[in-house]
Amino acid sequence: MQAVLALADGSIYRGTGFGSSGLAIGEICFNTAMTGYQEILTDPSYRGQIVTLTYPHIGNTGINPEDMEGSKIFCSALVLRNLPRTPSNWRSSQTLPDFLTRQGIPAIAGIDTRALTRRLRNGGAQNAALLVGAEVNESEALAAARGFPGLLGRDLVQDVAAQKTSEWLLASGLPEQGYQAQPISHPQYHVVVYDFGKKNNILRLLADRACRVTLVPAKTPAAEVIALRPDGVLFSNGPGDPDALDYAQQAMREIIAAQIPTFGLCLGHQLLGIALGAKTIKMKFGHHGANHPVKDLRSGRVLITSQNHGFAVDTQSLPDSVRITHTSLFDGSLQGMAHNNLPVFSFQGHPEAGPGPHDASIIFDDFVAAMHQYGAHTHA
Amino acid sequence: MPKHQDIHSVLLIGAGPIVIGQACEFDYSGVQACKALREEGCRVILVNSNPATIMTDAQTADATYIEPVEWQTVARIIEMERPDAILPTMGGQTALNCALDLHREGILEKFGVRLIGASVEAIREAEDRGLFKKAMQEIGLEVARSAFGHDMDGARQIAEDIGFPVIIRPSFTLGGTGGGIAYNREEFEDIASRGLEASPTHEILIEESIIGWKEFEMEVVRDQADNCIIVCSIENMDPMGIHTGDSITVAPAQTLTDREYQRMRDASIAVLRRIGVDTGGSNVQFAVNPVDGRLIVIEMNPRVSRSSALASKATGFPIAKIAAKLALGYTLDELRNDITQATPASFEPTIDYVVTKIPRFAFEKFPEADAHLTTQMKSVGEVMAIGRSFQESLQKALRGLETGVDGLDEKLLGNDPETLQKLEQELRIAGPDRLWYLADAIRRGWDQDKIQQTTHIDPWFLEQIIELVQQEENLRGMPLASLDALHLRALKAMGFSDRRLARLLGCRESQLREQRHKLGIRPVYKRVDTCAAEFHSPTPYLYSTYEVECEAEPGTKPKIMILGGGPNRIGQGIEFDYCCVHASMALHADGFETIMVNCNPETVSTDYDTSDRLYFEPLTLEDVLEIVAVEKPQGVIVQFGGQTPLKLANDLEAAGVPIIGTTPDSIDLAEDRERFQQLLQRLGLRQPENAIARSAPEALSKAKELGYPLVVRPSYVLGGRAMRIVYAEADLQRYMEEAVRISNDQPILLDRFLNDALEVDIDAVADQDGQVIVAGIMEHIEQAGVHSGDSACCLPPYSLPENIQIELRRQTVELALALGVVGLMNCQFAVQEDRIYVLEVNPRASRTVPFVSKATGWQLAKIASRCMTGQSLKTQGIPEIPNPPHFSVKEAVFPFIKFPGVDILLGPEMKSTGEVMGIGASFGEAFLKAQMGAGEHFPSSGTVFISVRDADKAKLTPAARTLAHLGFQLIATKGTAEYLRQQGLEVSTVNKVTEGRPHIVDAIKNGKVQIIINTVDERQSVRDSFSIRRAALQMGLTYYTTLAGVIAGAEAIRALMREERSVLRLQDLQQN
Repeated sequence: MQAVLALADGSIYRGTGFGSSGLAIGEICFNTAMTGYQEILTDPSYRGQIVTLTYPHIGNTGINPEDMEGSKIFCSALVLRNLPRTPSNWRSSQTLPDFLTRQGIPAIAGIDTRALTRRLRNGGAQNAALLVGAEVNESEALAAARGFPGLLGRDLVQDVAAQKTSEWLLASGLPEQGYQAQPISHPQYHVVVYDFGKKNNILRLLADRACRVTLVPAKTPAAEVIALRPDGVLFSNGPGDPDALDYAQQAMREIIAAQIPTFGLCLGHQLLGIALGAKTIKMKFGHHGANHPVKDLRSGRVLITSQNHGFAVDTQSLPDSVRITHTSLFDGSLQGMAHNNLPVFSFQGHPEAGPGPHDASIIFDDFVAAMHQYGAHTHA
Repeated sequence: MPKHQDIHSVLLIGAGPIVIGQACEFDYSGVQACKALREEGCRVILVNSNPATIMTDAQTADATYIEPVEWQTVARIIEMERPDAILPTMGGQTALNCALDLHREGILEKFGVRLIGASVEAIREAEDRGLFKKAMQEIGLEVARSAFGHDMDGARQIAEDIGFPVIIRPSFTLGGTGGGIAYNREEFEDIASRGLEASPTHEILIEESIIGWKEFEMEVVRDQADNCIIVCSIENMDPMGIHTGDSITVAPAQTLTDREYQRMRDASIAVLRRIGVDTGGSNVQFAVNPVDGRLIVIEMNPRVSRSSALASKATGFPIAKIAAKLALGYTLDELRNDITQATPASFEPTIDYVVTKIPRFAFEKFPEADAHLTTQMKSVGEVMAIGRSFQESLQKALRGLETGVDGLDEKLLGNDPETLQKLEQELRIAGPDRLWYLADAIRRGWDQDKIQQTTHIDPWFLEQIIELVQQEENLRGMPLASLDALHLRALKAMGFSDRRLARLLGCRESQLREQRHKLGIRPVYKRVDTCAAEFHSPTPYLYSTYEVECEAEPGTKPKIMILGGGPNRIGQGIEFDYCCVHASMALHADGFETIMVNCNPETVSTDYDTSDRLYFEPLTLEDVLEIVAVEKPQGVIVQFGGQTPLKLANDLEAAGVPIIGTTPDSIDLAEDRERFQQLLQRLGLRQPENAIARSAPEALSKAKELGYPLVVRPSYVLGGRAMRIVYAEADLQRYMEEAVRISNDQPILLDRFLNDALEVDIDAVADQDGQVIVAGIMEHIEQAGVHSGDSACCLPPYSLPENIQIELRRQTVELALALGVVGLMNCQFAVQEDRIYVLEVNPRASRTVPFVSKATGWQLAKIASRCMTGQSLKTQGIPEIPNPPHFSVKEAVFPFIKFPGVDILLGPEMKSTGEVMGIGASFGEAFLKAQMGAGEHFPSSGTVFISVRDADKAKLTPAARTLAHLGFQLIATKGTAEYLRQQGLEVSTVNKVTEGRPHIVDAIKNGKVQIIINTVDERQSVRDSFSIRRAALQMGLTYYTTLAGVIAGAEAIRALMREERSVLRLQDLQQN
């Protein structure tokens, strides 16, 4: 199959198409992680985005059922340097191209992804379209790219988040068991997770820490959540512009006011910022990778973190009630904050990893400690 | 955290000579460490016996000691210099062991010196298998199951508990002799009983076999605040069972899911924390069962390593430099990423290319050696290549190896049962050429499953190699013109070289290149930037690929390109890299933009901050021409990188590349036997009688005319490849059969062998105004006939009369002028009685340039590179260089211990991997230090065994007398004993091996002999005494196979017993 990738600035990349044929539109970004393509593809936060992976060999380990972060592929399209090869891994059950085809996701390979990455780095993220088919037309792709409304002001959460409340008890699987998730038997805490497009590993890490999770839809009123009498509430990651989610900001304010330990993660972190009175900004090309150093200002330690965000909380706009706990050592941007008086804190990166290093998972321990300290935790 | 305030001076321990398993990567690391420590205001004191290193340049450290790396010497240096701390993690296992010795002997405590980078406990726990295993179990990591057995009953029980197959390793046998893999009980009975017998302690280690598992390595850096980063993951294409140093390896790891990768990352960090590497770099090796993902820790090294050098080159993250700063107390976030200059060092490099490393072997030098790859390293060098796909990086590495292959060249022709059987065997039991046999198997239709079951290579790699071979097969017989742009571009992107394509298409390389250029298919250059283009990189560390955007951004300053030496091999190693680095330093200082081209990841030359620009590329005509096309340098230097760039000189010049210095024609004049002979005749200089033969009958008849013994060799070789001394017609006949195979159509050179002649090496430098300066005269200690690279030598000469020296200088100047040398020149002479013979002239950098530079204080390669860019010696202010007042001895170091079954006799074929230098006020002292640096432990009492050929007997007496005077007992075989008794010496007699037991080998094995003197000439006695020399090697005894060595050795022992041993600071010796 042929493929053409058009950027709104007019640049055109011709390559080989694979996965599904058809047109995909979105904001194009690049991710520099060398492992974890399956987790990236199935991360709901990539809704509305065309993902370029900078590592040239992707698909090497196929698709492994235990490594799904969401129920399906959420990004619009995939851009690679080399066509995926026959995978090799003891757990692999499917090839990456088959997975893309079955999910209707088009992909392109055989283009100079480094040149594309440099363009995005220098010019910033922009809208793009990928057209895959037997014959593809550059002007059609370009028109589609230019017609995309963009992510600013968009509520993409409704596209990806759960519409119904559900329970989660599955902990991370052990390597010896092929990483198959195992239910926990004696939960000690009850956590409500607001689903804006959560990654499964958040839930697994909570279960690993003896938490029973109730997953609620993004628009669940705070009163309903408070009525569940949780030990803590986690506002998940998710796609799009946090500014567009006023219902979530409102719910957050009420939960905080109820003095329930609150943990904002990625989009949840940005929502917390807004809820507390700060502003968010759209970044030039965002943070997407698994090698980002973040400094914990309290301990002085450096955490190597997984990152995936195109919006950030503007440090300048932070109210006096919060303090900065983490900053990016790449660009100094805000990576974590905590309320001065309340058990409320947040993290911009992905402490749940999946993919990426586990350094920041200690933040989940902080959350559990806060629940332990504040809650009666008798109702788990 | 800021730097420790109490560390003002640091002693850095170097790795000593280049040996298999410990090569120039430790110069690269050490130089980085020195620079880093001095940047922080530390006074750096350095000890290293290897003169061919940049680290032992007087400018690299504040106080440099070219002294043996052993605790007593280092203790004296500590006493003199009183460093605050010792950094032992930059000099390989040698430095770690030395640090442990210093601790054990109480030296650290006595002088209040602390170890930084790794503690005694960490070094011990990482090294001791038992302690390491226990530590791993404590942190919940698995190691291979194993236990020691002391008798068959116990051994059987252990094997049953572990389950077959098991690996049996006898304790304390050389090179693992007597071990093996048992797949069943029957095999176990056999191997285990043999192993128990072979072990001097009757002990065998029985270990779970993880042969065929996937093998990975993680390069980890940790600071004192416990921040840990993984700099690079490496996956071995060759699975477990083959030493990592001998494996084809790929970075980053290719076949791990994120889950598995992160598990390995967590485990690596846990290992560092448990072993207690507080600051610095370490590597952790893992095995993964491909069937169920089971993860096993193999080992860890609490220091920088060959792998960390590779990881640094592969990612652009300078591990040694960062590790040195962390050892001073910094944390990672306080240090900058040099490549981006904008981000901190506390991150994990991410790359957007594939790196492949392929080892280079030297089995052709050791035909008797077992060429199978095992867990003991045997390779002598490596090549690294970068590409935007595995296929591209693999094929670039293949042509960068310079073993005469352009890619996956055919090894075997034919389809007969014998060939097929060989193929099967070569795939099953890996040797140095397995990859090429693998390609042959694919050509013969083996399917992927069969190959995988035979080799255990992961299918992800196999599939891509299969595709490469299929692409090749599709091309065969295709006319060049029918290859369209799209197809050719795709092939180039897969890494196929022009030469390989030309061969497949049946055209000339130049035709293919012309067609490629016509179609507009040229490589672009991408940057190694540590971050996959996320940040701007101002550092021009480049590699080629076939893509769209070029990031070379060539500058406009006048520029000089230096072609490096490629992978290390015997005969061409660190000495040439040293010259390239010096050229770059000098020309950079002169205002040129310097451009380095090389593909050896171990070297200083491929450090991104050695030159203004670095192209990490193979040194083939194709690759060099493409870089020249982009950079358009004013001059290209080919005379510093050894044979590698010299081979390209004519073709480069023909392509219009501006080669500076001595012209390729002059180089040819010196290499071409006939032209050179005419030149010598014109100058009235003498040569050993010689002849050229192009066939065996011609050789035999010419030999008859010249008379035996003869030195025979193919023309155009380096390191004495295939060079022999033949004593009789039968020898020559046999030689001719082999040599024809080695040299193809090159003629064979026959030289009259000069018996008992002294050999002399001279390095000189000449400018374009015709001024020539003789930089150093080196008198060899071994007589002519031993390759100059294998011979010890002394500067200034220790016995050569003054008038001969004057005449040698005169002849050298004549030769340089006649050859039109601009730059370096090396001459080899033989002096027989008072007659001087010219053996060889090489108008290029020689192996001895670093040694001469260290001995005299004049940095020849720098001077020469300035001559080449047009500065005269006069404008540089270089005077006549007199003989220095102190003696410097260079001694060669050999890899025999790694090759069971190989004889240790020296000859005209070079076999040494490295060299050491000893400096002293007397020849004896300098020689003693050189011997100690080479690992020789001279006994000061005991028994000397003597067995020499008749011709040596007369000269033996004074040396034997000296040893007797020094209190040694003498024992000898019958003939030698009788002779010595006649000379009035007291000698007891011992049986030869053929004379019945107890014989000399029994005495050696029983520890009754301390020194062995054994010279031989004819084939028969060589064979008879082989077991003596191997036993000596195994027991670590002092042994001499040349009489000249004995005489020098006696001098050294005299110096040892008089305690004439100072430690000398290079900076004090080099006052110019």
